[in-house]
Amino acid sequence: MKKVVIMGCGRVGAALATELSREGYQVTILDYAPEAFVFLPDDFNGTRVVGNGTDIDVLRRIGVEGMDIFVSATRGDNRNVMAAQIAKHIFGVPIVAARVFDPLREEMYRNMGLRTINPTRVQARRLKRMIEAESDEEADRIVAEFLAEEEK
Amino acid sequence: MYIIVMGGGKVGFHLAKELVEANHEVLVIELDSARSKEIADEMGDIVMHGDGCEATVLDKAGAGRSDMILAVTGDDAVNLVACQVARQRFNVPRTVARINDPKNEEIFRKLEVDITVSATSAIMAHIEPELPTHHLTRLMRLKGSGLEIVEVRIPDDSRVVGQPVKNIMLPYQSMISLVVGEDGHPKVPSGETVLHAGDEVVAVTLHESEESLREALMAPPPPRSF
Repeated sequence: MKKVVIMGCGRVGAALATELSREGYQVTILDYAPEAFVFLPDDFNGTRVVGNGTDIDVLRRIGVEGMDIFVSATRGDNRNVMAAQIAKHIFGVPIVAARVFDPLREEMYRNMGLRTINPTRVQARRLKRMIEAESDEEADRIVAEFLAEEEK
Repeated sequence: MYIIVMGGGKVGFHLAKELVEANHEVLVIELDSARSKEIADEMGDIVMHGDGCEATVLDKAGAGRSDMILAVTGDDAVNLVACQVARQRFNVPRTVARINDPKNEEIFRKLEVDITVSATSAIMAHIEPELPTHHLTRLMRLKGSGLEIVEVRIPDDSRVVGQPVKNIMLPYQSMISLVVGEDGHPKVPSGETVLHAGDEVVAVTLHESEESLREALMAPPPPRSF
């Protein structure tokens, strides 16, 4: 069973944690605000930890060293890349992914060996396609296409 | 030199002031607009309002021609990223980060920030000799090699009291470089130099070996077995 740590229990972190946990991953989700865990469904059977993911002691305590995957998905780009680099370079986690909103920083850290995703460019492009649609119906169809793409 | 100071808090502000007085070209990048105005009011046109982790901001700040960046905000993640962006995208030759949480010193070094400065560690280094439980004081780090220079005062009950240096089993890559006797005279030790209680020993060691070095120089003799 693959062990994954997700840092940041916002909508994205919680959705990812829920999905992975249903697929059988052993999930630990980390957030410094205890109220963030409301985004998790009641049947979530992973571990919730309140703590700061850029704190090496917190990461050590939750056993990051033996984990297979580390994902950082907080709202802060800097926190995300710092935690991801600690996971990769200090604890040797094999797969490390970070969400980075700033496209330039995203590209830079990708070149430095992190798996990074930049949600802003993708979303801007999608919004553009939606407003360019001739009718509301066409816009709905385009959204359905996006969802179908994601299902793949 | 052209020096970019990232963060216009107390540390950044006073650093910038000193550097200007020393005739360096200085630019402070400050995220908070009200704080930027305050700095501009006091020091003139040497402050830029913006997020210094953004490559576009650093570009506008002329990071490409800067000699050094000092990232001194109160947030370690910001300081790390500012240094990394400055190095990776703008080839800034020297990156210096303030460390707020001393645990991050090690991490920043691994992630290739040139110089790290931690107020907590600095204050600890000053008071350590006066704290009864700390006998090993870290004096400085040698850049790049992972080596550091430490100071140890030989306690009365240490196993090395009365022993020549050649008999001491030091950890890997550690060496005793200076011995200062209680008379205050420094000497570079040879293998024959005998250590006494109260001697101050300056040694070079690997950071990881600090504990073993402490043990080697300060632990009481092992119990005799018959």
